[in-house]
Amino acid sequence: MNVAKRTFDAVIVGAGGAGLRAALQLSEAGLKTAVLTKVFPTRSHTVAAQGGVAASLGNSTEDNWHWHMYDTVKGSDWLGDQDAIEFMVRKANEVVVELEHYGMPFDRTDNGKIYQRPFGGHSMNYGQAPVMRSCAAADRTGHAMLHALYQRNVRANTQFFVEWMALDLIRNSEGDVVGVTAIEMETGEVSIFHAKATIFATGGAGRIYYSSTNAFINTGDGVGMAARAGIPLEDMEFWQFHPTGVAGAGVLITEGVRGEGGILRNASGERFMERYAPNLKDLASRDVVSRSMVTEINEGRGCGPDKDHVLLDITHLSPETILKRLPGIREISIQFAGVDPIKAPIPVVPTCHYQMGGIPTNYKGQVVVPKDGNPNVPVSGFYAAGECACASVHGANRLGTNSLLDLLVFGKSAGETVVEDFKSGNLTLKPLPADAADVSLARINRLETQKGGTEVHDVRLDMQRTMQKHAGVFRFNDLLVEGVEKIKEVAEQAKTTQIGDKSKVWNTARTEALELDNLIEVAKATMISAEARKESRGAHVRDDAPDTAENPNGRDDKNWLKHTLWYSEGNRLDYKPVNLKPLSDDVDPIALAKRTY
Amino acid sequence: MSKRTVQFKIYRYDPDKDEKPYMQDISVELEASDKKLLDALVRLKTKDDSLSFRRSCREGVCGSDAMNINGKNGLACLTDIDGLPQPVVLRPLPGLPVIRDLIVDMTQFFKQYHSIKPYLVNNDPAPERERLQSPDDREELNGLYECILCACCSTSCPSFWWNPDKFVGPAGLLAAYRFIADTRDQATNERLDNLEDPYRLFRCHTIMNCVDVCPKGLNPTRAIGKIKEQMVRRAV
Ligand SMILES: Cc1cc2nc3c(=O)[nH]c(=O)nc-3n(C[C@H](O)[C@H](O)[C@H](O)COP(=O)(O)OP(=O)(O)OC[C@H]3O[C@@H](n4cnc5c(N)ncnc54)[C@H](O)[C@@H]3O)c2cc1C
Ligand code: SF4
Ligand code: SF4
Ligand code: FES
Repeated sequence: MNVAKRTFDAVIVGAGGAGLRAALQLSEAGLKTAVLTKVFPTRSHTVAAQGGVAASLGNSTEDNWHWHMYDTVKGSDWLGDQDAIEFMVRKANEVVVELEHYGMPFDRTDNGKIYQRPFGGHSMNYGQAPVMRSCAAADRTGHAMLHALYQRNVRANTQFFVEWMALDLIRNSEGDVVGVTAIEMETGEVSIFHAKATIFATGGAGRIYYSSTNAFINTGDGVGMAARAGIPLEDMEFWQFHPTGVAGAGVLITEGVRGEGGILRNASGERFMERYAPNLKDLASRDVVSRSMVTEINEGRGCGPDKDHVLLDITHLSPETILKRLPGIREISIQFAGVDPIKAPIPVVPTCHYQMGGIPTNYKGQVVVPKDGNPNVPVSGFYAAGECACASVHGANRLGTNSLLDLLVFGKSAGETVVEDFKSGNLTLKPLPADAADVSLARINRLETQKGGTEVHDVRLDMQRTMQKHAGVFRFNDLLVEGVEKIKEVAEQAKTTQIGDKSKVWNTARTEALELDNLIEVAKATMISAEARKESRGAHVRDDAPDTAENPNGRDDKNWLKHTLWYSEGNRLDYKPVNLKPLSDDVDPIALAKRTY
Repeated sequence: MSKRTVQFKIYRYDPDKDEKPYMQDISVELEASDKKLLDALVRLKTKDDSLSFRRSCREGVCGSDAMNINGKNGLACLTDIDGLPQPVVLRPLPGLPVIRDLIVDMTQFFKQYHSIKPYLVNNDPAPERERLQSPDDREELNGLYECILCACCSTSCPSFWWNPDKFVGPAGLLAAYRFIADTRDQATNERLDNLEDPYRLFRCHTIMNCVDVCPKGLNPTRAIGKIKEQMVRRAV
């Protein structure tokens, strides 16, 4: 097969918040840049973000980056790297104000500043009371942000390859990254994108679970491609279950609803969060709220005929507030739960939402791997940002609104690093290996010719049910052990997927099969890393690591204050230290403590 | 809930094998959890994986799955499957070239969107903090900025069908007014100049199809009216 070759200074895979922010940096610096995306940029899943983006602007309540840093480290259950966290919270005001300058239609305070609302886990004065830190455009913050970023890229003349799917990462014999292969959906043609720098911004992989707030396209492609190319994945056992997905549908109801005053109630109408988190109550950190909800349901206090959900109540808010601050939520609730939240509470359950782990990077957006005893050696030519990357700022549990911030800060930072490396002459176009496209062509060819194999949707469903049952909100040793075997079996099944559609043109069956290859890498990484981590921390809570005096909340800092690294080859695990040291001397390390809210 | 079967009549065309498009009769048995048309299509695809359509968010914010449903444009993910008259007739969005099945070539649509310079223009040096905007001024953007670029409106507009290369169409004009209405934008005059043309703006004959189909409840006709008003106002 003849494979076309295209050459660029940089190729960015992904046009969500992270990819578009990085692209802006490169386009405005004049680098010849290609942005590849499976969907038209404004259809990326950043568009679905609702609640807001964190920045300590202090527009409505006093605030500063020290408090934001403390909340983020604590939220991460101390697994976040404090250098990256300091970097992120200190850049927050700058990147949010930039967005405003790009035209993002933020809501406004009476004096014309960006409107901010409270959000889970964000506090004043080191945990004392909720703070107003989430900068919001109604409950459509992601939409407003993604469109503003796309529009700014139109202005900067960024070159997009829309509806092109990257297939595999190309590395040379030294392990340097020299580009990607990609398939154009409309024609089915495979091309090589040869570049000095490759930035992954492919988003999350929430579709490994059966019930998820994520879009169909969130299939962990970047993470899968990196894993297949020998890059380890960091902290993949940590998945955030958002407390409020619409029961049965999975569609998200933002935490901003609780930020505006919404209350979670059990079958007897009790505001049960008061028992679990006396200070922040319904606005405690997400992992805490999700577990409290599941405990209520497990102990028989769930709502509905099957007692399988709880209720999110905003009927006490004025209709004006709901229509002004939460119009999108009202629409979603009517559409997917069949209730108007002005009149009746919304049925909700914890739903898979966000991948804390990913491709290991440093705060500059460089992908880093262990080499010769150093755990963090940059891979030449390879960068990553956004949900597919692990900087690691979210550690074991992300705070709401910190992801949109992560996209902006690290998308920009990755872009800046590439521009600097480019200008200093550190980035050169390294020759392509002769077999650059072979892996991708073999994958396509297998799908072309596979007979007597498995069905894509069957294998995907098996994977999703396995993940849901064996690696959910609460984790159990025996289920994890069993889950590892099961997911390995499912991975075997995925090797022989077959498709009926053989057309070259817009073959979505083929796309789904190729996506499944990526999902499977993520699922294996998650299950195997989770089984191995014998403690409870953040979103990873297991029955055999309970709350004790020695290990508060089941967290075992002596043995497990470290990042997991999973290698696809042989399912090998490795670990690296957490960076507990901030970037500068302006702040002391946030000392380890038990998490309570 | 008992099992439900839905009958479909779907426009099919694969240029790789079909000489010309045809309508396929096909039915599918739904699971209890299948509530929206998109759920039914995803279910259908487990039966015939060659059926091609775009989809992503499944909650009406990404704008991927616009199609013509029983003669009216809409989003599959926001259309309840129960209550749809059967057979459910599905066609690609009208007026745009079909690539395959329900997938159309949106180039012309985005070209028109890009033609109105869809970005904020403000040439003052950027202040250190946010530019101030009063809540009332911000209100002006409601009903404008929420557009998801699904193209339901433009592809139901007869003026856009006849002149897709010359008439900006309702989505593009809504976006144009979104920037005109933004107190932070300084290019109102250029924006009006850009539209002052027998085709770009004035092909709109207030037929209102666009308002009727917008899945986000937006009103491009009103925005078009406001642009016309501004043109008149600056002429006198
Ligand atoms: C419903 C919902 C609400 C949320 N609300 C908030 C919130 O209020 N605040 C907050 O901080 N966070 C929120 N989050 C989290 C946050 O929105 C996401 O983490 C973030 O938007 C991810 O952005 P991204 O740029 O990394 O990826 P995405 O926006 O998912 O973009 C990924 C991009 O990669 C492209 N891509 C993927 N694979 C390939 C491939 N193989 N080839 C080519 N292109 C590819 C896609 O086309 C897309 O352009 C929310 C998440 C969800 C699901
Ligand atoms: S009102 Fe104008 S833009 Fe809308 S459908 Fe009619 S002609 Fe088209
Ligand atoms: S105005 Fe409405 S119908 Fe038209 S593109 Fe925007 S969201 Fe779709
Ligand atoms: S799938 Fe996103 S709008 Fe319907």
